[in-house]
Amino acid sequence: MKSFKRLVYPYLIWAAILIVLPMLIIVFYAFTTQGNEVIPVKFTLESFVRFFSDPIFAEVLWRSLKLAFFTTLICILIGYPAAYFISQLKPDSQQVMVLIVTLPQLINMLVRTYAWRGILLNTSFSPELKVYVGMVYNFLPYMILQIYTSLSKMDPSLVPAAHDLGCDDTMAFLKVTLPLSVPGIISGITLVFLPAVSSFFIPKLLGGGSFVLVGNLIENYFVTTGDWNFGSAISLIMTIVILISMYFTKKFDYDKEAV
Amino acid sequence: MKHKTLKKLYLALIILFFYLPIVYVVFFSFNSARSLTNFAGFSLRWYQKMFRTRSMMESIYYSLVIAVIATAVSTVAGTIVSIGLSKSHRLVKQIVTQVDNLPMLNPDIVTAIGLMLFFSTLSIPTGFWTLLLAHIIFCIPYVILSIMPKLRQLDDNLAEAALDLGCTPMQALYKVILPQIKEGIVSGALVAFTMSFDDFVISYFTTGPGINNISTYVYSTTKRINPSVNALSTLIVIGITIVLVFANVIPMLRERRRNREKAA
Repeated sequence: MKSFKRLVYPYLIWAAILIVLPMLIIVFYAFTTQGNEVIPVKFTLESFVRFFSDPIFAEVLWRSLKLAFFTTLICILIGYPAAYFISQLKPDSQQVMVLIVTLPQLINMLVRTYAWRGILLNTSFSPELKVYVGMVYNFLPYMILQIYTSLSKMDPSLVPAAHDLGCDDTMAFLKVTLPLSVPGIISGITLVFLPAVSSFFIPKLLGGGSFVLVGNLIENYFVTTGDWNFGSAISLIMTIVILISMYFTKKFDYDKEAV
Repeated sequence: MKHKTLKKLYLALIILFFYLPIVYVVFFSFNSARSLTNFAGFSLRWYQKMFRTRSMMESIYYSLVIAVIATAVSTVAGTIVSIGLSKSHRLVKQIVTQVDNLPMLNPDIVTAIGLMLFFSTLSIPTGFWTLLLAHIIFCIPYVILSIMPKLRQLDDNLAEAALDLGCTPMQALYKVILPQIKEGIVSGALVAFTMSFDDFVISYFTTGPGINNISTYVYSTTKRINPSVNALSTLIVIGITIVLVFANVIPMLRERRRNREKAA
């Protein structure tokens, strides 16, 4: 049985080459420029200087973070009651509701976003609002399912116990149900915020190109202008910003648990 | 009582929000006019056009072929790696978990451009094979993630007992370990299939000229209004609904019958 551990070794090589190496190549590109024939590549901070010297880039990054933040917030505000109400249904209806929430998610993401185009063409929403509708639509199911999972794992006798100890409905919710569902909210945030920061086809399809996000920037530099060095630098900066924001989310979770 | 109605109303609104665009797309796929906003009359012309557009049919073909192969390969590989991991040193486990977290936690676009740069550095021309490889790469971590909890619950003594009773390690694997982690393998395969079928970003950056899956095809046609995309969407909605109904209703019916038999 011990010999089974050898089964992992090929995957270690696979992961080193196909998962780790590509990340290192991005870092490499971010810190170099395409040189001339004499010096093929040159190490430089040029791309980063360029990013931080023109306020337009920081503005786009800020806009993306804001969009991701508010998308996540709206998903929590709409998704929490939905998950809570689902968790109070009869077990059979709960299953059906989970299926109803999951089904649109299985339909291809591009197709789902495309579907909103027709409806939104009929409205006079601003490009920003259209993008918000598309974002919330795409990410809400993740939030609902994560919160629902943590609510359904809760011991059903806890809330009656809180009532016995003198809590009214609101207090029981605030003191028992809500704190116990925090892990669900946190994993919901991870599933919504992370992809929301870098999303680029929703703004492009629904915002009509007038609402540029950091994902669109990266796409432009890789696909349209072919400036891979600068594109890599933007991706690296975005990844670091995301890591920092996730660190604070996790820390918040940890502090909450400590209380 | 009023409380309950309000809750039901809220859930109804959520359902409406989720299904409104789907109903809209299905409805407008039967539109006789080239419009996404005015319904002129019933027609099947967009379906005819869809079936006649080769690139469209090919995109469905590629989506399915890539998803099926990527699921099969990543499920087998993920199962083997997971079993190996369960017997490995803690350090190896930690390394693999951390590395697997990269494609799962990194924004898709970062994984995607990493692979694109990787293929270009090695001068590998992008196309079907790079697309397939990329899908296998990002599916394996999800398969491992679904199987590992099952393996952790597994009682090590059972496999040892099988060995004591004369099983070879291979037999112990087939007769003891695999049946107990079956559920994890199946859910891993389902996750892999949906991830692959749903993916746009990684496909967009790792595919080559002429090879489109449904996602990249839809993305490439959105510059002009093309109602046959509505027909394509309808086809996907119908397909997924059928699969889901089969996957959920049949086990439900079977269970009900079993319960009835038990009662009788």
